[in-house]
Amino acid sequence: MKKRTGKGYIINTAVIAVIIVAFAFIKSAFGGNEQFRLIIVPSLWQCCYLIILAASLNLILGFLGQLSLGHCGFMAIGAYAAALISLAFQRAGVFTEKAGPAFVLVLIGCILAAGILAALVGLLVGIPALRLKGDYLAIITLGFGMIIVNIINNIPFAGQEGLSLGSASASLYKNGLGFGTASKVTYLWVALIVTLICLTMMFMFIRSKYGRAIKAIRDDEIAASASGINTSYYKIFTFTFSAFFAGIAGALYACANATLSTSSFAFTNGGILNSTFIVVMVVLGGMGSLTGSVVSAIVMFFVNYQIKNGLWVKSLPGFLGGIFAYPMLVYAIILIAVIMFRPRGIFGTYEFSLLNFVRDIKEHRAKKALQKAGNKEAKSND
Amino acid sequence: MTESKKPVLETRNLGITFGGLKAVQDFNIQIFEGELVGLIGPNGAGKTTVFNMLTGVYLPTVGSVILNGEVLNGKKPHQVVSSGVARTFQNIRLFKQMSVIDNVKAAITKDIKYGMVDAMFRTPKFWKVEHELTEKAMDLLSIFKLEGKADQLAANLPYGQQRKLEITRALATDMRLLLLDEPAAGMNPTETAELLECINAIRDRFGISILLIEHDMSLVMNICERIQVIDYGLTIASGLPEEIAKDPKVIAAYLGE
Amino acid sequence: MSTFIQTLIVGLRLGSIYALVALGYTMVYGIIRLINFAHGDFIMVGGYTMIFTIPLALAMGLPAWTSVVFAILCCALVGMTTELVAYRPIRKKGTSMTALITAIAVSMLLENLAQAIPAIGPNPVVASQIFSTGGFSIAGVTMEWTTVSTIVISAVVMVVLYQFTQKTKLGRAMRCVSEDKEASILMGINVNRTIVLTFAIGSGLSAVAALMYMAQYPKVYTTMGMMLGLKAFVAAVLGGIGIIPGAMLGGLIIGLVESFTTSYVSSSMADTFVFLILIIVLIIKPAGILGKNVGEKV
Repeated sequence: MKKRTGKGYIINTAVIAVIIVAFAFIKSAFGGNEQFRLIIVPSLWQCCYLIILAASLNLILGFLGQLSLGHCGFMAIGAYAAALISLAFQRAGVFTEKAGPAFVLVLIGCILAAGILAALVGLLVGIPALRLKGDYLAIITLGFGMIIVNIINNIPFAGQEGLSLGSASASLYKNGLGFGTASKVTYLWVALIVTLICLTMMFMFIRSKYGRAIKAIRDDEIAASASGINTSYYKIFTFTFSAFFAGIAGALYACANATLSTSSFAFTNGGILNSTFIVVMVVLGGMGSLTGSVVSAIVMFFVNYQIKNGLWVKSLPGFLGGIFAYPMLVYAIILIAVIMFRPRGIFGTYEFSLLNFVRDIKEHRAKKALQKAGNKEAKSND
Repeated sequence: MTESKKPVLETRNLGITFGGLKAVQDFNIQIFEGELVGLIGPNGAGKTTVFNMLTGVYLPTVGSVILNGEVLNGKKPHQVVSSGVARTFQNIRLFKQMSVIDNVKAAITKDIKYGMVDAMFRTPKFWKVEHELTEKAMDLLSIFKLEGKADQLAANLPYGQQRKLEITRALATDMRLLLLDEPAAGMNPTETAELLECINAIRDRFGISILLIEHDMSLVMNICERIQVIDYGLTIASGLPEEIAKDPKVIAAYLGE
Repeated sequence: MSTFIQTLIVGLRLGSIYALVALGYTMVYGIIRLINFAHGDFIMVGGYTMIFTIPLALAMGLPAWTSVVFAILCCALVGMTTELVAYRPIRKKGTSMTALITAIAVSMLLENLAQAIPAIGPNPVVASQIFSTGGFSIAGVTMEWTTVSTIVISAVVMVVLYQFTQKTKLGRAMRCVSEDKEASILMGINVNRTIVLTFAIGSGLSAVAALMYMAQYPKVYTTMGMMLGLKAFVAAVLGGIGIIPGAMLGGLIIGLVESFTTSYVSSSMADTFVFLILIIVLIIKPAGILGKNVGEKV
């Protein structure tokens, strides 16, 4: 068993190293390429924060088994915290250009601070909210999400108009940590490494006593407490932990977007970023599978991108094209279909592991064959 | 033999009311170390309610629960567990989407001495503790010969083994007093006999006390040292099995007047 | 002082609209334990039905408000379809969480489907005058006819509905199903039919709410039901979900809180206060003001 663990570390480290090298190579080769700079890099930034968001909500939804509808509220806190802190540092003269070690330090500090602040608010929200369960928890988190956004709206220096107005009085694009096209390419490594670290942390969380405890709570809360698990502690802890990552995703969002506006963090809206959409991603990927969340975040981003920018959409005939003009309509249909025909999501609770990949495929095939044989038998018996 | 010892569990005038309905009244019981006591009564007599009060699920309206001299009233279920009382449920409550071994490991909460930092960085301490947990869990699973099923989902176990897994999970909490809520429900006579055998074996191996709920009187007659009978929330008899079998009040409660 | 009374009246009017919508939530929740997120969007369906049928009613020589009959029929139909197509299959095999997610999905579907229909589109439509304008004033406080009729209609509807659940056979069946589904089946109640009819009635009520909403704010748009529905749901939870008088009480409280916050604090903080009150009530008394706490059976 110990040997396998060691082997797993070696394989994973090797693969990550290969990816980083390959990535550095691609960057140096295509860095000047227009398409790479204008489409692929911004897409990667978006994918990064969507992945973190989906995976972190999955901790609550899939592993703890509680429905939270206010996840974007924590993201908003992260985004505004990172933006405002970076602006403050710039005003204080710590950095003037988006380059140099001072800026990188501020950037990393901002990302961390965003996570910590979101986690603190998550703790404050979680303590009262998690006394409730099921539908009530859903509605109370929705309420908290709205209140958070509403309060940010009414803070004079954050403001309804986003950070382009108000006393911060300048867009992030010019100041603070908002990245333009060139900086997005330069600092892409930050987004990727932050995402990688976040995912690793979440995997480690799931595969420890914490993961066992919250899965037990998901399956049967009463039995969990009768087995000595301090259910409220673990629930609040997980909620806070998840809010931490939502805050980090918010910081990445602030980096990737020139301006912030509170309407981006609502419960639902026309765009891709809202609490409902994150729920869609998690359910689609599989409640209880971080792998599923990662894959589904990328897939949903791609689908959304295609719907918005794909040429094939424009060539669709009349009404069908009309449907695609409202991406949320497509997601609603996908969501209902997934819940009806594959209620556990695409990946169920399966977790991808490089070490066990071959074995998993073999097992899956064997299972399928067994099922087929069983079906045949049932038919011949009829 | 039991008279010289102090009771492990003692209740004093325990009672609970639900909106005017007195579900259980004046419940007094003493369980000594290593004893196997049966709590019997017709359906709806309030047996499970007693369990719920003992384990902190319900807060008793009056009276007190004392475990080894420590008052348990007002403690949360998980605190009661760490004081040394574990239970099973009438309608099996397993962690269905977890593996059999994880069901047991989740309940071993006392020995886990690592925190977030150890979990995040996979320190040697983390591996050591996890390794010990696995060993302990496998050891416990072997009591009911479940070790071969360790990696299966709990939901996929057959009914009888689910009951056994639930008892194993309760054992994993390192308790001194085990409360079993109709462990033989839904089992055939052979399975039941085998299970009762195992319960006896567990008591001898771990030196614990057991309180067993059953509504079928004949089951508990053979293995329990003492039996307490309740009906409509009131204790109507308590004593040795042979006394209980002859008690006219018990017979009346079971046959109806 | 007159500001105070004016605010009070506005609050009552708002509250009676919330109460009507909350009734729909409460009835559905009572019977299948599901927050029907799509309920708010039924208001939108009712609103658009009226937009399309008001000319029809006027052509037939009837007053504009009679188009509410069409709206009730249309909403009831949409409500029943939702139950049959989406909720019933999920209820059979899913958990309560998947059911709730389905409800959110249905809400998203209705909102965006409406936008995709060319005749509706994403832009707001201005409704014509529904009730006659004007009003009367007592001691410096103006009462519009719209306000009076809103409060009166919703009071009447609520009393009728309450009597309906207490006295009629179907109403009793509803209460039975919400208490215990299995026992209801044994008593010969057709549970599925009862649920469908509950959806029909609840959705029909949202059409009435749509009428009153449009009488006050003559504008219809596809997401109009979202905030309205959410606040009405808050009202239902506040009063104690599943309880008809609770929905009325909750609706009035939410309406008053909103109107007083708007006129004395700030209109942008109104939603915050509404949700803050919900949070406080849920933490102090999770079952709502009139609700009874029912623990899980162990």
